[in-house]
Formats: sequence, structure tokens, C-alpha cells
Amino acid sequence: MFFIKENYSHPAFKEGMKDISSAAPGIAAWGMMIGVAMIQSGMNVFDSVLMTLIVFAGSSQLAAIPLLVAGAPLWVIWATAFCVNLRFVVFSAHLRAYMMSWPRWERLIAAYLTADLSYVQFVRRFEKPAEDPQGRRSEQAYLAGNCFLNWSSWMIASLTGIALAHYIPTDWGLGFAGVLALVGVTCSLASSTLKRLSCLVGGVVAIFFFTLPLKLNILVAIAFAVIFCLGLEMLYQQRFKPSKGGL
Amino acid sequence: MEEFWHIVCILGLALVTVLTRSFFFISERQWELPALVQRGLQYAPIAALSAVIIPEIFMYHSALSPVLSNARVYAALGGTLFFIARKGQGQVVLGTILVGMAIYLPLHLGLGWN
Repeated sequence: MFFIKENYSHPAFKEGMKDISSAAPGIAAWGMMIGVAMIQSGMNVFDSVLMTLIVFAGSSQLAAIPLLVAGAPLWVIWATAFCVNLRFVVFSAHLRAYMMSWPRWERLIAAYLTADLSYVQFVRRFEKPAEDPQGRRSEQAYLAGNCFLNWSSWMIASLTGIALAHYIPTDWGLGFAGVLALVGVTCSLASSTLKRLSCLVGGVVAIFFFTLPLKLNILVAIAFAVIFCLGLEMLYQQRFKPSKGGL
Repeated sequence: MEEFWHIVCILGLALVTVLTRSFFFISERQWELPALVQRGLQYAPIAALSAVIIPEIFMYHSALSPVLSNARVYAALGGTLFFIARKGQGQVVLGTILVGMAIYLPLHLGLGWN
């Protein structure tokens, strides 16, 4: 990860930082709102800082905060966070082919630090896992750089949010900047007709199943979109030619 | 005592982050995903992002919100058009955020739209 010299001295490290830097203000705005939400929901400063520093998962924190404050049983809180995080289980299946050759502790640390945006930018930059050691080294360095900047902007913003919680009104809607960052990254992923269809299907299905508990609508949406696109791909193998560079 | 349980709870949540994010590569046992699944996963990233943002944009308090007076729809649309106009070049995600917020904040704070 980013504290290993082979990673931070590699040119791909900077490339990873550059890719995420464009979305960093959105990540920071979203992180700050999570910091504010923890304090405003009634968590104390120590718990909020600890949660920020070690949990590092915005949506699962958001789901856990009210439960923690209400004194729900531990297993309920953990199970909720697990379900809200299920999309990462899907991502880990995807990342497995890239990461299996790394030592286990490096895999676990890298995975822990790989949030949504780092994952999507990583698999966008490296569509196929490398087969030679140099290629794997660039992959590792790119992910390290990307995660490093994502992690630091998130931490700084979230801790700032905790410190300034009483001065930042949530109804200004600053957190929407986080959604807009994701809009930008989604556009950059939409590089083929099938991927644009996957986007459309995912969005519609997520609204349709919005009332499912524990954000399970996201998981159902991924499943629908993947199966739908695979089906189309097999039916019309020749018709969809990918283009470069997003929308 | 309550503080102790809070700390245990937060430690557990950190463990959940590690467990979910590394789920399929904790074990070193040899196995391969079926080729079909491997291919299908290329459609997962964009579907996941879309599943997060589309409800955030079109829904308000768990219900579809009227599109015409929805500041988030105009903001996301403006951001997307900016992305297309710039053909995805340079710091375009930053531009998407700035253009979107420039549309969202006046409508949201000025006109009180959601």
C-alpha cells in the first residue's frame, strides 16, 4: 500500500492520485457531512473520531449511527453494516484476479482502503489483470496512490466535520457534491452501449426496489444489470463495439 | 460501561469493512470465477454507482419527487452535459461537481426546491 516504497516511488502512484483528485472535493463534501451527522445524531466526540479513523465506510457509518445512538444490540448493528456493504463483496470477486498474487496482509490492507471510487477507477484503468510482475507492480502502485488521496481527503474532511458540526447546517445540501462526483465518475465509465445500458438498468431497478431494507436495492440492481447486459452480449455479440473515453 | 460497548461496536464495524471489502480473497485456496461471471463483472461498477446516485437524484424521503421542481435533476443533468461537452478530458469530474453545485445551490437555497 501507500507506505511501501516500491509503490509510492512508482509513476503509477501519481497517476492513481491524479485520477481520484478530480473527484476529491465531492468525496470531501460527503465525508464532512458524515462527520457532521455523527455529532448531530448525538454520538460523542471520542466515538465519532474513532469511527472515522477505523471504520472508513460512509454508507455503513450512516446506517450504523442511529442504531448505535439508540443502543441497538451489537449483532443488529454489525449485520446492518454488513448488508449495506454487500456491494463490496461483489467488488472483491472482481478484484480477486488482480490481487491474489499479492501477500495476504497487503491484500487485506489494500481491500480495506479500497472504497467505491478507487475500485471503479482501478478496474477502469486496468481492464484485464496483468500477467507479468511489472504490470502487477503498476497495478499495485496505481491503487495505492488512488486510495491514499481518497483516504486522506476523506479523513481530513470527516474530522473537520466533527470539529465544526455545530456550525455546518445539513439543510444546505453540501453533501450533494458527493453525488455529483459519482455522476462524473459514472459518465467516465459509460464507455460502451452495454455499459450505458447497465447504468440505466441499475438506476431504474434501484428505484423500483428502493423500499427494500438495508440498501439491498443496490445489490439487486447490480445483479439485474449484470445479468441483463451479459444476456444481450451473448445474443448480439457482434453488434456492440466498445468506444474509448466515456460518454 | 456504555462507552465500552460503543468501542466494541465500532471495532466490529471496522472488521465488517475489512471482511466485506476482502471477502473473496481472504482465503488462499485456489479457485477461479467462472469465465461468464468474470465477464459479467465488467458491468458491475457502473451499475453500482448508478444504483447509488439515481435514487439520490430522483427520490426524496423514499418517494419519487416531481422532476420539474427537483433541483438535483437539473444539477445532475448540467453536470452530465458538461462532461459530454468536455469529452471526458482533463479534470472533468471536478467540473461536473462545480457545474452541478452552481445549478443546485441557487435552486435549493434560493427557491427552496429539494
